[in-house]
Amino acid sequence: MKKVFADAQAALDGLVFDGMTLMAGGFGLCGIPENSIAALHKAGVKDLTVISNNCGVDGFGLGVLLDAKQIKKMVSSYVGENKEFERQFLSGELELEFNPQGTLAERIRAGGAGIPGFFTKTGVGTLIAEGKEHREFDGETYIMETGLKADVSIVKAWKADPQGNLVFRKTARNFNPMMATAGKVTVAEVEEIVELGALNPDEIHTPGIFVQRLFVGSFEKRIEQRTIREREVA
Amino acid sequence: MAWTRDEMAARAARELEDGFYVNLGIGIPTLVANHIADDIDVTLQSENGMLGMGPFPYDDDVDADLINAGKQTITELRRTSYFSSADSFAMIRGGHIDLSILGAMEISESGDIANWMIPGKLVKGMGGAMDLVAGVKRVVVIMDHANKKGEPKLLKACSLPLTGQACVHRIITTLGVFDVVEDGLKLLELAPGATLELVAEQTEAKYSVADNLVAHEAA
Repeated sequence: MKKVFADAQAALDGLVFDGMTLMAGGFGLCGIPENSIAALHKAGVKDLTVISNNCGVDGFGLGVLLDAKQIKKMVSSYVGENKEFERQFLSGELELEFNPQGTLAERIRAGGAGIPGFFTKTGVGTLIAEGKEHREFDGETYIMETGLKADVSIVKAWKADPQGNLVFRKTARNFNPMMATAGKVTVAEVEEIVELGALNPDEIHTPGIFVQRLFVGSFEKRIEQRTIREREVA
Repeated sequence: MAWTRDEMAARAARELEDGFYVNLGIGIPTLVANHIADDIDVTLQSENGMLGMGPFPYDDDVDADLINAGKQTITELRRTSYFSSADSFAMIRGGHIDLSILGAMEISESGDIANWMIPGKLVKGMGGAMDLVAGVKRVVVIMDHANKKGEPKLLKACSLPLTGQACVHRIITTLGVFDVVEDGLKLLELAPGATLELVAEQTEAKYSVADNLVAHEAA
């Protein structure tokens, strides 16, 4: 079975449909699947439920799908970076489900690992706990959270081999490895596909079993907050 | 008169101990990194997936794949490791991080914290704050003692939706340092220029004054 596709459009062909649930990797604009997002925009698929830590910015990342009103619901931990998000949310066009960031990460990990639910202390005594099962373990209260899965996960890695083994780079890893496990189909976009055997098997972050399709993308890698220090003058 | 934000950060830096793994929240808490004593070894965690966070990069070293939880470009150190968000929050929720220093809108006398949501205003989300306050071994808050209208932020009960319940250990404000103890708060230190009268005026929470209260003098 051939996993390598020519581009995002080819890799997503036959996978997308209106009303689907999508997971999109990335933290802020770091490590986001830019190419698949652009292809989904072009495909015009709508009523998406998108599980992603953030929702891009106006005009970039998931903000592109938001601007085109392709998203029905976001499942996120922090979404403060776009005006269009605010407008759609306040007008009732967009549904939003907040999850604590660690709960979101663990729900995705659990979903991918066949774990339907788990208990966590995060959110006990807050709005997040309302309506959720509470249980005591060793005298402490925990709430139940459920695993998450997606019809398609779109993730971004640094390098892959033709088997779909993935290596991520620096903090661009973030949610990508868990999302790769939780998609019925996972599409990975990478900066480079190397020959089989070129990746050190001990240093593979995501084994290829979790990746069904991959392609080499081109990346803008936009920076949200460019913070620098001055070089001391000797 | 009282502590500035940078002075509060300097005071908070004294909460760090040799060998600590520490998560610093966005805003004033990030200033704590500038005040870490030279003789202790501390590793900073960034919850987007990094241990061993370095300073901001030089202009020509900026790397879009290397950011902190505030989405700012940063650098790595020789000790740095990178990991997924699930591993990152396993560190946080599993009680492996020694200390979290964060900002807050309100703190109650039982150590409840509210710092993510104001009803009626657009809510951006809690990010990792609920996980940090629930999972990290020790939680220290840095905040202004009163809000912009001069109203207390140390309250009997939080009026805003909570981030976490009974989870704050110590609060460093513009006026001094408080611990959360069994029956309310305890004032341990007074900032330079702050007085017991001023603290009483600007605090709604029940608190006692430590017998060995430290009154800091202006530096």
